[in-house]
Amino acid sequence: MNKLFRFCTHLFLIFFVACMFVPVYLALVAASHDGTAMMRAPIPVWLGTDLWVNFKTVLTQGLLVTGGEPVGYLLLNSLIMALLIATGKIILALCSAFALVYFDFPLKKFCFVLIFCTMMLPIEVRMVPTFQVVAAFNWLNSFAGLTLPLMASATATFFFRQCFKVIPSELVDAAKLDGAGPVRFFIDILLPLSKSPMAALFIILFVYGWNQYLWPLIITTDPNMVTVVMGIRYLAGVADQLPEWHHIMTVALLALIPPCVVVLSLKRWLEQGLQA
Amino acid sequence: MARFTAHKLALCFIMPQVLITLVLFIWPVFLVLSQSFSFGDAFGLQKRFAWFANYVGLFADHSYIEAIGVTLILAVFVTILTMGFGLLLALLVLARSKGQGFYKTLLVWPYAVAPAIAAILWRFLCHPTLGWLPHFLLKFGIDFNYVTNARQALFVVIVTASWQQFSYNFLFYYSALQKIPTTLIDAAIIDGASAWGRFWQIVVPILSPTTFFLLIMNLIYAFFDTFGIIHIMTHGGPEHSTTTLIYKVYVDGFIGMDIGSSAAQSVLLMFLVVLVTLLQFRYLEQRVHYA
Repeated sequence: MNKLFRFCTHLFLIFFVACMFVPVYLALVAASHDGTAMMRAPIPVWLGTDLWVNFKTVLTQGLLVTGGEPVGYLLLNSLIMALLIATGKIILALCSAFALVYFDFPLKKFCFVLIFCTMMLPIEVRMVPTFQVVAAFNWLNSFAGLTLPLMASATATFFFRQCFKVIPSELVDAAKLDGAGPVRFFIDILLPLSKSPMAALFIILFVYGWNQYLWPLIITTDPNMVTVVMGIRYLAGVADQLPEWHHIMTVALLALIPPCVVVLSLKRWLEQGLQA
Repeated sequence: MARFTAHKLALCFIMPQVLITLVLFIWPVFLVLSQSFSFGDAFGLQKRFAWFANYVGLFADHSYIEAIGVTLILAVFVTILTMGFGLLLALLVLARSKGQGFYKTLLVWPYAVAPAIAAILWRFLCHPTLGWLPHFLLKFGIDFNYVTNARQALFVVIVTASWQQFSYNFLFYYSALQKIPTTLIDAAIIDGASAWGRFWQIVVPILSPTTFFLLIMNLIYAFFDTFGIIHIMTHGGPEHSTTTLIYKVYVDGFIGMDIGSSAAQSVLLMFLVVLVTLLQFRYLEQRVHYA
């Protein structure tokens, strides 16, 4: 009875894992056939042979509907945006957490409350006015406009604040005795000590940046600035008129592989950093 | 805490974050507040103070009430599905004596998939004439066409959102379950508690902080992050059946150019987020206090 139960639960587990993979498997099937196979039902069940052809077409030649930009270019835009958001957020959060933990300065309370407020203002609820502000700065279709409104993050600041608080205060005294100033202390002691939380945060923020959809949708009109996740919308827009499903699915695979690779290859860091 | 005393330096360190916050967070909030209280044309050339007209207009508008309903249905179902399956699968994986890491990897990756990308995958899967799902369902005599059927459209959005958000719930439940000391379970076994009793009387109470945290994260996900899914799959249709609150802000603000109404909607959503965040912190504070 117990053995049977264990067997059944295992079977369910495998079945569930398989179900999670169905959409991606379908994408692989579509991306490995030519366009005509994806035009009439029933579409094939097994993988085809055109995977590399489709990847090459999409990466180098580009599709008419995305404004003719090769998807390789869109991937580059996504990469730049994700890296800017992740590193920018981490740097801003490190600096402000350092100031909040190790200094007493006028307006400290005010700064703290201000940073706390950003937690309650996700880009979705302030999209229209933020668009107006960014437009006023003439930042539409630029990486500044694309990344700066997403960069201030209370969560990251509080995360580092928590990390700094558990670092023993004797280290500060020791640094002071050795004649090290605050900047020296920050660079030589604090940064090396917060490596693993930094790595964990980087993974989360990279995925966050890469997967942005709404903000790039609003802020970019120039085909040169389209990111790959947002570029999907142009493809989806014509999906019912043009037989492009094999290309659409190839682009979708290209868009989902980088963040998945980042998460899976750095999973150890993620768990380590979040436990600390 | 030993502290440094260089005030100017501290301000230099915190200034970048504060500047960005002031210019790109606080200023927009003032803008949206003032817009929500005024009539204006789409170009912002003329402005007239409108008192609460924009807000009153919203609640008189049938489509806004409908959007509230759609958002709530979406939020409730996504939360139940992702938390239920997240906990179930976390328990099942932990019950395996080997290969836990392997199963974890196989279940975690959808976390990294963008909602918009998940949407395009599911859109092809559910394609009325080509997709596998409608063909499969036709064998059971179910006519599946989410493009024209309002209920099926909402169903498809719920399933796609749950597929993507499941991993997050799984991951948090998994690590919370791992942290439960085995001695606690062993003691309960010695006391003769059944597996069912152990689950409800030990595991569930210990998990309650995680459950509360996930509840809030899932609500926020369903309210805001489903925008990409809806924009790619259904465009809010058919017949506004998948128009959520955030989708309506976008449509009214950028397509309908009804800035006043869109601003009022944003302000209401902002109140909601403030409320949820304060609730969360209150709860966390309590927990720290008594733990």
